[in-house]
Amino acid sequence: MTTPNTQPGATPPGGSALAAAMPAVPPVESPLRRFLSDFSASWLALLATLMLAVIILIALFAPWISPQDPYDLAVVSIFDARLPPGSTSMDGTTFWLGTDGAGRDLLSAIFYGLRISLSVGVMSGIIAIIVGMSVGLAAAYAGGRTETLIMRVVDLQLSLPAVLIALILLAILGKGVDKIIIALVIAQWAYYARTVRASALVERRREYVEAAACLGLGHARIVFRHILPNCVAPLIVVGTVQTAHAIALEATLSFLGVGLPLTEPSLGLLISNGFEYMLSGKYWIAVFPGVALLLTIVSINIVGDQLRDVLNPRLQK
Amino acid sequence: MSGEQPLLRLEGVSKRFTKHLDAAEKLVNLVGGRRREEVVHAVDDVSLDVREGEVVGLVGESGCGKSTLGRVVAGVHQPSDGKVIWRGKDVSGLTGAARRDALLKIQMIFQDPMSSLNPRMRVADIIGEAPRVHGLVPAADIPAYVDEMLQRVGLDPAYKTRYPHQFSGGQRQRIGIARALAVKPDFLVCDESIAALDVSIQAQVLNLFMDLRTDLGLTYLFISHDLGVVEHLSDRVVIMYLGRVVESAPTEALFGGPNHPYARALLDEVPRIDRRKRAFQPVKGEIPSPLSPPSGCHFHPRCPHATARCREEVPRLREIAPGWTSACHLNDERG
Amino acid sequence: MSQTSPVLQVEDLQTHFFTRAGVARAVDGVSFSLGRGEVMGLVGESGSGKTVTGFSLLGLVDPPGRIVGGSIRLGGEELIGRSERDWQALRGTRIAMIFQDPMMTLNPVLRIDTQMIEAIRAHAPVSEADARERARAALARVGIPSPDERLAAYPHQFSGGMRQRVAIAIALLNEPDVIVADEPTTALDVTIQAQILYEVRKLCAETGMAMIWITHDLAVVGGLADKVAVMYAGRIVEEGPVDAVLDGPLHPYTHGLVGSVPSQNQRGQKLTQIPGMAPSLLSLPPGCSFAPRCARADGACAVMPDLVGSGDGRAMRCHHPHLPPGEAAGGAIGETGRARA
Ligand SMILES: Nc1ncnc2c1ncn2[C@@H]1O[C@H](COP(=O)(O)OP(=O)(O)OP(=O)(O)O)[C@@H](O)[C@H]1O
Ligand SMILES: Nc1ncnc2c1ncn2[C@@H]1O[C@H](COP(=O)(O)OP(=O)(O)OP(=O)(O)O)[C@@H](O)[C@H]1O
Ligand code: SF4
Ligand code: SF4
Ligand SMILES: [Mg+2]
Ligand SMILES: [Mg+2]
Repeated sequence: MTTPNTQPGATPPGGSALAAAMPAVPPVESPLRRFLSDFSASWLALLATLMLAVIILIALFAPWISPQDPYDLAVVSIFDARLPPGSTSMDGTTFWLGTDGAGRDLLSAIFYGLRISLSVGVMSGIIAIIVGMSVGLAAAYAGGRTETLIMRVVDLQLSLPAVLIALILLAILGKGVDKIIIALVIAQWAYYARTVRASALVERRREYVEAAACLGLGHARIVFRHILPNCVAPLIVVGTVQTAHAIALEATLSFLGVGLPLTEPSLGLLISNGFEYMLSGKYWIAVFPGVALLLTIVSINIVGDQLRDVLNPRLQK
Repeated sequence: MSGEQPLLRLEGVSKRFTKHLDAAEKLVNLVGGRRREEVVHAVDDVSLDVREGEVVGLVGESGCGKSTLGRVVAGVHQPSDGKVIWRGKDVSGLTGAARRDALLKIQMIFQDPMSSLNPRMRVADIIGEAPRVHGLVPAADIPAYVDEMLQRVGLDPAYKTRYPHQFSGGQRQRIGIARALAVKPDFLVCDESIAALDVSIQAQVLNLFMDLRTDLGLTYLFISHDLGVVEHLSDRVVIMYLGRVVESAPTEALFGGPNHPYARALLDEVPRIDRRKRAFQPVKGEIPSPLSPPSGCHFHPRCPHATARCREEVPRLREIAPGWTSACHLNDERG
Repeated sequence: MSQTSPVLQVEDLQTHFFTRAGVARAVDGVSFSLGRGEVMGLVGESGSGKTVTGFSLLGLVDPPGRIVGGSIRLGGEELIGRSERDWQALRGTRIAMIFQDPMMTLNPVLRIDTQMIEAIRAHAPVSEADARERARAALARVGIPSPDERLAAYPHQFSGGMRQRVAIAIALLNEPDVIVADEPTTALDVTIQAQILYEVRKLCAETGMAMIWITHDLAVVGGLADKVAVMYAGRIVEEGPVDAVLDGPLHPYTHGLVGSVPSQNQRGQKLTQIPGMAPSLLSLPPGCSFAPRCARADGACAVMPDLVGSGDGRAMRCHHPHLPPGEAAGGAIGETGRARA
């Protein structure tokens, strides 16, 4: 295999120029392999991932795995109200986690609640990522006054507590799934914008971006094909943690009675409903949904932390 | 000299960077602060001709504007003043396809073999993207074309599905060279392209540059702080100090006896393997900040021959021998 | 007496890193000795173990790394196996280090005088005024103009070259026997590098301090050092007086390195190049680590050659060395090559 530029006569003994460059790129672990082995180095993270997978599966398949449909009035009987965990109903079904004030099986209600909480969190997360990413990329690539202006808005937004922003918005917009998603997006896009801008600024200075400019590639191609893919790792990390925040925020808002309507009983709403029974000793109605919420948020956060540890220092190497 | 048209001509090219005040600093100024906009004259009125097939070495200390000049030549930066003339045409006057072609004809090879390759792209895409996007090669022929480029720089085409982090520094630098060659350039700007490599690998890459020159008839602007490398490779050497060209001469003449006091100091002080432990008195003083360069001749605070005139008047580049120019007032006195 | 006995004697030093991917023998049997006032250049490819060798000499190797064997004798005292407290007492007083990044030594929020006076008084009962005077003298010695004013400055008020000088001045404060300098001028400009090299040479000659100068630039070694040790994959493959090694390298790797420096070649000609690249420490070839890149390799090289000394202070680790010009094939150095061939 001779190429025009390898002149065998001119190269020193020991190999042609081709051989000179080639030997021994050692077989390397694929990036995915390495990512997986690094990620699973922590048993806590593995446990959290497992937990999260179970939670997501429950949320996805809630209608098929729940003991009863808690919102089917034909099934739910008010006579079963406030039964403690482990009780049996008149028609013989066991309520493993007890029942709530309306006689619904709490386990089923939690399954359905998870479904709503997770989908609101994930939906708002996805929209917020798209909005924040576009704004952050635009700021970083445009620079100058545009960037200053955008980043001032972001700073302003970040200086207000997310709950406050959401509360005000919901007070104006009213209740509803769409409304709370809008509120969550508005409360959170700024985090993504800041993250993307920070990494895009770093990436923009790298020589491969200059090389792309030299090669006459267009702005859009440089931004979306070259810069953006290199900003994804921090975005994933922030995304997981922010999704946990969104779920918690939605629960808070629903608990306060401004979030989801009663027809969309998320975990927050379940807790809120059970709260009034706490003092009368019927702890389970509020506590079990609370535990479900806690497990969800904690496992997402652990996974997010591990992602950060694994993704951040490495990938560039 | 000969009436032959240079491949590339720079006419009075300057590049300034302005650091604008941000809102906070403006606020400080309102209450009596004295923050000013800072202007760096990274490149200050540089004129330069490069003939076809020539290798021009560009040397100078850190921050003197070598990379900025290289980027202006490669079209990454627009000059603040002056003209870049490619094959007789002012590049800024070109539009559309003509402009793109001129841009592609000048390619850059970067210093950092890691950050100059997109870590998320496979080698095949890194090399094949530009020819595909610009339609230089029919889409169906791109894989074969990428293989050809890889072979040309001495890499096994079998590696083309890998990512940059799976290569050593020297191999990454070859990938960067293949990426540049893929758009069929006539002119390569090499900005410290071997500085980050191990000594034993530097020789491999330098040899590759020399092979490409003979095989493809490439013209080079070779930026480096390694005088040994520049001496080895270049036909002509240009020395910059704080944004200005202070001397430009055929390599042998320059290394035989530089004219400008700064060039002399530089050549004297570079440690060289064939010159050991001589008793010498290094040039005194620090490199001044490009934010507030000294008046007159930028070198006067460190120059052993400085006079009152040097503090006031900027010395012009004057031809002191055919093809040899230097910017120092001492040359006037010699007549 | 002390003229002849070395200040620092390192024998068979081994520092290994126990990583998830395997054991990296970053330093694997390094030996050398250093006399008073001597400057030794330590050169080698990136990853060959130069920095780890330097860190080992100061007891600075952190897990997963560990010194697993060998001996380091400073003025006759064995350092390996000492407690961390002993090391701390030694560091700065008997042996000091200068890093590529001077900010490794300097604290950005403290004034130079505060840092220097602290460094002196931590090791010796000196009055504040005396300590200040010593600090001033140290700054003057490394060529910092108007040291009195400079004492009151913060590190960020200095240029890169000045900072590196301050770091050197701090290393000098307690007049250590040995200074390990890890590529301290690599990031600096040539004129500034020249100033520092010039001053360091003068210092070593004047004070009798010994110095290990780590670099990958053979030209710097040529301009600065008395002797040179060339490392490859964790081992010293050649050492000897600078002029002898650079003018007549024996080991094929050194030979290639010296040959690939442009000024040694004819202008415009192709450079001698060493093919291939440095091996991963995790998968070293059996026998001579240089064999995959070596033009002289043969069957004998499947056995790791020993570091063999020749009378003139030179040593190398190769079965088939390049013989010095004029030396007969049966010379002392050719011995190993022939014996095993
Ligand atoms: N994008 C930029 N914005 C602001 N200032 C810049 C920019 N690029 C370069 N400069 C400034 O211009 C001057 C010249 O920089 P340049 O990178 O061209 O120097 P150089 O000669 O290549 O130095 P080195 O040898 O360190 O690479 C420096 O003072 C630098 O700070
Ligand atoms: N903390 C660490 N963990 C694992 N391996 C390490 C660690 N530090 C160093 N090593 C290994 O030790 C080897 C030698 O490293 P060292 O830093 O001494 O090289 P060097 O010769 O100083 O190179 P350079 O010229 O790049 O500074 C490297 O190949 C590296 O793999
Ligand atoms: S013009 Fe004056 S200061 Fe400048 S280099 Fe010449 S003699 Fe020195
Ligand atoms: S021992 Fe053999 S392989 Fe190693 S350097 Fe010597 S000749 Fe080359
Ligand atoms: Mg540069
Ligand atoms: Mg090192």
